[in-house]
Amino acid sequence: MIVAKGKPLEEIIEAVKDCDSILVAGCNECVTVCEAGGSKEVGILASALRLYFLNQGLKTQVGEITLQRQCDREYLIQAREAVEPYKMVISLACGVGCQFMAEEFANKPVQPGVNTMFMGGALERGVWSERCQGCGSCLLARTGGICPVARCAKRVLNGPCGGSSNGKCEISKDVDCAWQLIVNRLKALGRMDDYEQIMPLKDWSSDRAGGPRKVVKEEVRQ
Amino acid sequence: MNTKTPSKLEKVLAAGHQAVTSECGPPRGSDAKVILHKAQMIKNHVDAINITDNQTSVTRLCSLASCIHLKLAGVEPILQMVTRDRNRIAMQSDILGAASFDIHNMLCLTGDHQSFGDCAQGQNVHDLDSMQLIQMVRHMRDEGKFLGGDEIKRPPKIFVGAAENPFADPFEIRVPRLAKKIACGVEFIQTQCIFNLDKFELWMRLAGDRGLLDQVYILAGMTPLKSAGMAKYMKNRVPGMDVPDEVIKRISGVPKDKQADEGVKICVEAIQRLKEYPGVKGFHIMAIEWEEKVPEIVEQAGLYPRPKVD
Repeated sequence: MIVAKGKPLEEIIEAVKDCDSILVAGCNECVTVCEAGGSKEVGILASALRLYFLNQGLKTQVGEITLQRQCDREYLIQAREAVEPYKMVISLACGVGCQFMAEEFANKPVQPGVNTMFMGGALERGVWSERCQGCGSCLLARTGGICPVARCAKRVLNGPCGGSSNGKCEISKDVDCAWQLIVNRLKALGRMDDYEQIMPLKDWSSDRAGGPRKVVKEEVRQ
Repeated sequence: MNTKTPSKLEKVLAAGHQAVTSECGPPRGSDAKVILHKAQMIKNHVDAINITDNQTSVTRLCSLASCIHLKLAGVEPILQMVTRDRNRIAMQSDILGAASFDIHNMLCLTGDHQSFGDCAQGQNVHDLDSMQLIQMVRHMRDEGKFLGGDEIKRPPKIFVGAAENPFADPFEIRVPRLAKKIACGVEFIQTQCIFNLDKFELWMRLAGDRGLLDQVYILAGMTPLKSAGMAKYMKNRVPGMDVPDEVIKRISGVPKDKQADEGVKICVEAIQRLKEYPGVKGFHIMAIEWEEKVPEIVEQAGLYPRPKVD
């Protein structure tokens, strides 16, 4: 899923304080699972804003909505009636949902209420960890199912670098060395011979380096 | 004598001499006299001098310009290049820049993470890793071509080196990793600072068992310790550094004003021991901000005078 993290309340207030009618819009997908922008977080942020405006002696309207998916035009169109009365939207969806919202409501300012972090999953309740950077040409088959692009601080494809120490990365004792994990995994799979295969120069043109990307699947296109 | 480049370092090694290299860090400013002064102190005692590339990710005068200053002063430079800061266009371009000044040695590195330096908020590039950089330089030199396939007019003639850390984890892939670098085309290796001689010798023995030592020149990395504090710092704070307790005990066992002398002594004794170890083809002396000690270390270790080749 896409993992996001709520922006500090002060930053959100600074961005919306001059507006007298605000809709806080959540999303029922990834940001709900990572507890950053689902209906629960929408309620918490909306209450905090109401309290702020009350303390300022302002009668700002703060509404709440949570869409099934903000990155899907179908649901944005369905929400049009609920969104229109407000002058501004704070989107608690990821950067994708926030942009789809802004595209759909072209004349309405849309503020992000979260920072979109990465593609990852939960290690335990309240802890999420990165797994993929969407480089567009997956090499997990060669690295025992552990991604050096997303999980090595230097995205070294023929690792580890000299900074691997006791299974940890040189940048922090809290970060696993991806190449230690890869070696452990190759060993467990009895595939250590694969370690000596040299990973060739990567074609980054399918990564963000190639410019904004698009996937077209002709057989389902309408 | 079979050499592939005009590199003086390659000639020394090919002639069967144990080579001596050292390194200088460029200044945090634009005064070339700083680097030239360091080089002058050691140039008669070494065959070539590495110039570090923004080491520990702290911004400095660039390695290429520093190498050019050395070259123009008649000193043989080894251009260090990290993959952290440049993409493949910039690296190919800088390699040609080096070649245009007849700089004939390179050390291909990944580089420390930028979070250690003065631009922790900067982006890192890592378009290639160090092994892929080795492959790229060899391709440019041996095929005379750019990565894109076009012909290079007057290709670089560069003797290609890399670093290896026999002490980093996991240990079981340290020899396979050397084998990979050799397969990529590396011709000489400068190792991480060696304080744990037993572990280094184990690594050498395992590399020898695989026949790797006939395919690459290994220069053992040596660093004189200035003080017990430095020894402890390196043990505890520098990733991938192995400083055994007995070394710390030995340097801590002498009065503070004698610790530097003891550090030099430890270094000289280590060189003397490793000189006899099969497959050690030379020494890379990294006297960190202590370049003035290099001549006496080289002399005391019996590596002076340096051979004349040409």
